[in-house]
Amino acid sequence: MNEYPLWRYLLVLVVVTVGVLYALPNLYGDDPALQISARRSETVDEALSTRVVDALKAASIDVKRSEMQHKSVLLRFNDLDARAKARDVVEKTVGEHYIVALNMAPATPDWLRKIGAKPMYMGLDLRGGVHFLMQVDMDAVRTQTDERFVSELRTAFRDEKIRYRSIARDPDGGVRVSFQNEEAKQKAGPVLTKDFRELQRTEQSDATELLLTVSPKLTDEVRKTAIKQNLTTLRNRVNEFGVAEPVIQQQGEGRIVVQLPGVEDTAEAKKILGATATLEFRLVDFNNDAQRAIDSGHIPVNSKVYYDKAGKPILLDKKVMLTGEYIIDASSGIEQTSGGPAVFITLDGKGSRLFSRATREQIGKPMAVVYIEQRKGRAIEQVINVATIRDELSKRFQISGLDSTDEAHTLALLLRAGALAAPIEIIEERTVGPSLGQDNIDKGMMSAMMGLIAVVVFTAIYYRAFGLIAGVALSMNVVLLVALLSMLQATLTLPGIAGIVLTVGMAIDANVLINERIREELRNGNSPQASIHAGYEKAFATIADANVTHMIAALVLFLFGTGPVKGFAVTLTLGILTSAFTAITGTRAIVNLVYGRRRLKGLSV
Amino acid sequence: MAEHKEFNFDFMGHVRPAVALTTLLVIISVGASLFKGFNFGVDFTGGTLVELGYKSEPDLNQIREALHASEFKNAMVQRFGTPTDVLVRLPPTGDQKAASVSHRVVELLPGAELRRIEFVGPQVGDELAESGVLALLFALGGIFLYVMLRFTWKFSVGAIVATMHDVVITIGYFAVTGREFDLTVLAAVLAVLGYSLNDTVVVFDRVRENLRKMRKGTVTEIVNAALNQTLSRTLMTSGETMLAVLALLFFGGELLHGFSVALVIGILVGTYSSIYVATATVVWLGINRQEMMPVVKEGAGADERP
Repeated sequence: MNEYPLWRYLLVLVVVTVGVLYALPNLYGDDPALQISARRSETVDEALSTRVVDALKAASIDVKRSEMQHKSVLLRFNDLDARAKARDVVEKTVGEHYIVALNMAPATPDWLRKIGAKPMYMGLDLRGGVHFLMQVDMDAVRTQTDERFVSELRTAFRDEKIRYRSIARDPDGGVRVSFQNEEAKQKAGPVLTKDFRELQRTEQSDATELLLTVSPKLTDEVRKTAIKQNLTTLRNRVNEFGVAEPVIQQQGEGRIVVQLPGVEDTAEAKKILGATATLEFRLVDFNNDAQRAIDSGHIPVNSKVYYDKAGKPILLDKKVMLTGEYIIDASSGIEQTSGGPAVFITLDGKGSRLFSRATREQIGKPMAVVYIEQRKGRAIEQVINVATIRDELSKRFQISGLDSTDEAHTLALLLRAGALAAPIEIIEERTVGPSLGQDNIDKGMMSAMMGLIAVVVFTAIYYRAFGLIAGVALSMNVVLLVALLSMLQATLTLPGIAGIVLTVGMAIDANVLINERIREELRNGNSPQASIHAGYEKAFATIADANVTHMIAALVLFLFGTGPVKGFAVTLTLGILTSAFTAITGTRAIVNLVYGRRRLKGLSV
Repeated sequence: MAEHKEFNFDFMGHVRPAVALTTLLVIISVGASLFKGFNFGVDFTGGTLVELGYKSEPDLNQIREALHASEFKNAMVQRFGTPTDVLVRLPPTGDQKAASVSHRVVELLPGAELRRIEFVGPQVGDELAESGVLALLFALGGIFLYVMLRFTWKFSVGAIVATMHDVVITIGYFAVTGREFDLTVLAAVLAVLGYSLNDTVVVFDRVRENLRKMRKGTVTEIVNAALNQTLSRTLMTSGETMLAVLALLFFGGELLHGFSVALVIGILVGTYSSIYVATATVVWLGINRQEMMPVVKEGAGADERP
């Protein structure tokens, strides 16, 4: 009696072997690494890799290994010092068209990587980095949509000669149109039906007025597009940063999570991520004097007042020559003639056609560059430079008039990455510095080790041989849990480590139940073999009940927890699962191997 | 060998003092929670928290002055864990640019290394608090249903009363001492809920088994027997879990301190409540053998005597 069929022993053996294999990568640590990827369409190939490695050799910096990855080159170094030196060399070698990102690459040996074994995925509280939760300002999106319809309706009514008193955005949303008379309103009906199907009409108490609201379908579409474009733009901006393994995800209706591992300069990160800057090019209205127009209150119909950096007003044409959306590349540099900072801009095909047509007819006239930044749904517009168009401008041109090289650099970055469709606001930030991250790992590991040792020793003293077996199973439980976390690539957080420690303490419960039952059976005068059998049998139902109720609590924690707390729930839930296996099947296999098929006088329990 | 002696305490005979103690603890906890309130962490109140590391022990007053002289009139400065670590707390502001506040603090205090920033907007804080309360309710609901399916509603009530008791007293400890209550403490409270229940269910299991097996004796005697039979297991498991949690408390660092304290309290109270609160409630509600007899042929394997 107390024998397992062979397949059961094999099952335990297989699970343990797989567990050990997949837990192994966690012992190898990380290599400081540099990751080189293309900014745009540049090629990343062996040639690039060789070029960089040769340059590093020339600078006598040791490269541990270089690897080709999917669209990137990974260079591993022996220490942080070597990497820091290498970064400058690599950046100089590859130039501005490549992004060089700092990275910690797992030093998993090849044979383990071949079977897909990876170390656990550490959360930001362990590896250090920034976590932002951003709220997309949907009110601003709604306002923008309404504003767009205001200007479209004006144009349409003017073209159709429909006389209106005013068309403006209603403070409560929608567009309020006030017609000259009821006749004009009647005339507008077919136009609205034909060209403005997305607008829903609501009659007002005043018979000459009409409230037009954007249909829910379009509102929903606009909102989705705004989020999508924001995600793309944020992704572009993060790429500009050179961060390895960033996370940019939508969360819920209108929120975006951005996680940047290893980023320390959070102030810079916030500035770049949140900036909603773009450029516009407009002709200067030099027929009218800006100051006089403001004083008299008569602003020419086709002009709008802008201010430059010094606060001086300037009249610009209402018609935009070009907007920032056609910009496909921008880089900062020094202007040849003046030696001041400048941004060099490249337009896409459509943009260059538009721009060359617009500038061809205006040679000799002054053109203004307007910098636009969205803040809380309000546009802050500033003229950064006015220059005379000397030639037809098309695909490539430059903008000067910037204050510093830093400003030029930031503007170039923002123009490259594109504009945000809707302003965003950071509503949650969790930043962990690299030293604290390492501290957290060390302390977490220390408490896990101490907890495990204390529990194993205590159990072995109290239950002797059976306690020792339980201790072996418990240690195996930790290995399996680590293996499972590594396989699933679930995020390990500091509370997650606490969950592992707690699992260690609670998983022993199953063995306590079993061993107490065995003792009880022995006390009742049963034979050792019968006591083992009955002990396991009777304890099983209790363990099952206890684990299921415990599991309910852990799952609820998982469903409602956010961030680090979720990490705790993950390890707790998985820990309950693995412990059910090791504490029951695992210990039974050992007990059967040791005690099975023998005549026993007593048990060491 | 079987030299371990059996326990034979008259648990149910000492119900009165236990009820008195429990009532007292619950009243203190509820009273403190209601009237004194909690020292909620930034997770729930919103606001900014900046942890800075210095090379040598800094002068806190100097840091305070530097901050108070600038726009941070109500900044709170305290040591955090080690003598060289400093925590700066800023209450939530109505300012839209709240996210940039943290980096102003870093600018104002040169020579310090940034260890941690936590900024939580007010709306996020409210949501976190709300989902915490929801989690608690759902966990209790789920447990009630499961225990009712496996046992009877009377056991469900017993389990819920015991679990609530543990949660209330653990939370109460934080109210009484004014220790900071943050997200990790909430997670620990939910873990306490799981732990306490684990303990309770084991005792219930034995009560049910005894009710089915023991032909003689009153319900009180049967429950007493069950408590005695599971006593060494209850103490052993609590002791082992406590060892692990103490490892967290002593080696886990400052960030896990509140979490570990909540677990220590929870395990102590949870162990006590499985013995007294849960079973006493079930006995008080009145159970008999008939309702415990298996309807379906359940646990047949357990009766197979070798």
